[in-house]
Amino acid sequence: MFEIATEPIEPAACRRALAADAVGAFVAFEGWVRDHNGGRAVTLLEYEAYAVLAVSEGERILAEAAERFEVEAVHAVHRTGRLAVGDLAVWVGVTAAHRAPAFEACRYVIDEVKARVPIWKREHYADGASGWVDGATGAPGPSTGGPSTGGPSTDGEPPASPGPSSARPR
Amino acid sequence: MDKRVDIHHFGPFRDARGCSDEAVSTKVATPRELYAELGLEAAFPLSGLRVAVNDAFAAWDALLADGDRVVFVAPSSGG
Repeated sequence: MFEIATEPIEPAACRRALAADAVGAFVAFEGWVRDHNGGRAVTLLEYEAYAVLAVSEGERILAEAAERFEVEAVHAVHRTGRLAVGDLAVWVGVTAAHRAPAFEACRYVIDEVKARVPIWKREHYADGASGWVDGATGAPGPSTGGPSTGGPSTDGEPPASPGPSSARPR
Repeated sequence: MDKRVDIHHFGPFRDARGCSDEAVSTKVATPRELYAELGLEAAFPLSGLRVAVNDAFAAWDALLADGDRVVFVAPSSGG
């Protein structure tokens, strides 16, 4: 199941929901809000989702993962709203009989979610500026309220290469 | 013949347009033409964008119908 959450994600509850006797491996990814990006001090993130389409596209991604990898279950949750540094923005959990497909599916899901699910992030900086992150480049668009420089501020991963899906590099 | 199209804007598009919702009466046939008609390409080049019609991703050259709901989807920056 893919969910959009307006309240804090509870990883322990998400994990417990995936437990099953046939499962020998559990892999989870957590995307946290960090305090810096591109040389700028980040104080806050705001996430906004086109919720109906985010859920349907997220469900599609999870179904693809279940088709491509030998997994037992896949679950993902993405926050919307205002998040402080240290908050959990996205959680992906995968269970499988064995660890290799669990790792592979987890990586696939987070890469595809970041590329395809219609969610947008606005960064707020310590200098008072804020701006929408450009999903195509990872850099902030025009910012307001202060100097404008900088880039994305969550997991810092380099843009994913286009894979077998419609994922776009970021 | 004119058709009514309801456009909802999220995030950067909302900031650019200054509103969340627009109802337009238009003769254009496709989302691509609608995008051009709104003059958005200067601020947001079409390349890399997607479009949703009635809450599903659509082709830029899909035919619009009267009453359709359109969202221009900026590249995702979630995660």
